Amino acid sequence: MGFFETNLGIFVTILAQCLAVIGFLLVCAMFLVYGDRKIWGAVQLRRGPNVVGPWGLFQLIADFLKYLVKEVVIPAGADKTVFLLAPMIAFVLPVVIWAVIPFNETWIVSDLNIAILYIFAIGSLEVYGVIMGGWASNSKYPFLGSLRSAAQMISYEVSIGFIIVGIIISTGSLSLVDIVKAQDGNYGALSWYWLPHFPMVFLFFISALAETNRPPFDLPEAESELVAGYQVEYSSTPFLLFMIGEYLAIWLMCALTSLFFFGGWLSPIPGLPDGPLWLIGKMAFFFFMFAMVKAITPRYRYDQLMRLGWKVFLPMSLAWVVIVAFFAQFGAFGGAYARWAVGG
Amino acid sequence: MGITLLAFYLFAIVAVCSGLFVVLARNPVHSVLWLILAFFSAVGMFILVGAEFIAMLLAIVYVGAVAVLFLFVVMMLDVDFVELKGGMAKYLPFGLAIGAVLLIELGLVFGHWNVADNAEALRQSVTPDIADKHNTIALGSVIYTDYIYLFQASGLILLVAMIGAIVLTLRHRTDVKRQNIQTQMHRDPAKTMEIKNVKPGQGL
Repeated sequence: MGFFETNLGIFVTILAQCLAVIGFLLVCAMFLVYGDRKIWGAVQLRRGPNVVGPWGLFQLIADFLKYLVKEVVIPAGADKTVFLLAPMIAFVLPVVIWAVIPFNETWIVSDLNIAILYIFAIGSLEVYGVIMGGWASNSKYPFLGSLRSAAQMISYEVSIGFIIVGIIISTGSLSLVDIVKAQDGNYGALSWYWLPHFPMVFLFFISALAETNRPPFDLPEAESELVAGYQVEYSSTPFLLFMIGEYLAIWLMCALTSLFFFGGWLSPIPGLPDGPLWLIGKMAFFFFMFAMVKAITPRYRYDQLMRLGWKVFLPMSLAWVVIVAFFAQFGAFGGAYARWAVGG
Repeated sequence: MGITLLAFYLFAIVAVCSGLFVVLARNPVHSVLWLILAFFSAVGMFILVGAEFIAMLLAIVYVGAVAVLFLFVVMMLDVDFVELKGGMAKYLPFGLAIGAVLLIELGLVFGHWNVADNAEALRQSVTPDIADKHNTIALGSVIYTDYIYLFQASGLILLVAMIGAIVLTLRHRTDVKRQNIQTQMHRDPAKTMEIKNVKPGQGL
């Protein structure tokens, strides 16, 4: 029995895997913020960060150090424990979800058979970071911002849930690895779920924007109304945690879009080898879309946001579940909706 | 004694303690946060017994939805809890009496508990062993085949409850202006907008 089959060995392996994923995520988060600012700048005919390091690449390291060494200001009337707990929750939960995200068929910390439920369970907790932060600040704007954000995240979670139910019906499994495997076909990019589940790709993308509080749905941080929403009272490291958590949640949504609809690590052209680079490339593309949406769309009004979530997306995604169930049951379109039946 | 047992005691102690703090915490928002911790320990215990599906549902439904609503309500209600707690001394003997009666009743029930001979056989799970089939598949095949009518009926009951709640709170106010999204989207620029050529220095 080798060292890696003993209890300690397994523990060390899992620890190493977790650290590898966290390291990857933190490096990603750094470049995501940089990319976001660069793209945003380019759309507005600005240069974006360009002073620190080549092409401004080290800007985020400078920012990071600044966040770390500045003083943590805690408002006098704040609930100290909850105030400091909130950013930790907002940072830890998006990291924890990555345990079930596969980068390749075997590159995964834990291939849960209920991975989607796990993502949902942890994802529904993310709202606590925002609510607790807003409440503990003991100030009006953060409180209003956190309530808005909570209502928004809960509303769009519902339609995301129904869209995923369609995928689950097609696959017959809650495991992300199985979902990607079911999209493996002879036609490369045409075998992926984006084609049979076409309308839902857009709904999922828009819901993901709302779920991660990104523009045009960044109402919790609507600076024209609420200064910066739940983040108003946060400074230095707690703010940094909020920000990294936000970007990791966005990166997660990019990963989920790629895994659910665009074949994860599968290569789009038949014949080319599959691999994690495909997944990261797809995620980067969707992040580019996120950044472009931020740059080119004006902010929604709050009632419009709620109307879109409950009166447009919810009925559409609910109807889609029923339609997919029928297509899957009766094997419509050559079994494109019933991949478990054709062995996918 | 393994890691499982250790984890069980950890979750159990955390659950009991946080349950206690739900009652003892002075700040109602703290109470809800302790309640969330209690739910979470329950999730951990469900995972320990291998009921991962139920565990995740508990996390999604109770922690992700119900507790958020609690937190919403508690944060927004402006209740003076000092005044509320002031009546504590008055009601304490009453509460203790009820608690004692419940405890005695439970004691009596367990004192006369007869285990039927075939109880063990009946209690065998209707679902296959966890090694053969995952929770999700086993539950799905039981709920959607054997118990489909009961399942649908419970769904209907929930639907009725939801409609009831909506009917109770829905009111159409006629004295407020409302937006009609359809008419707004179908507005014709030619009819609603007039472009005027303004000469410099003159104005309209």
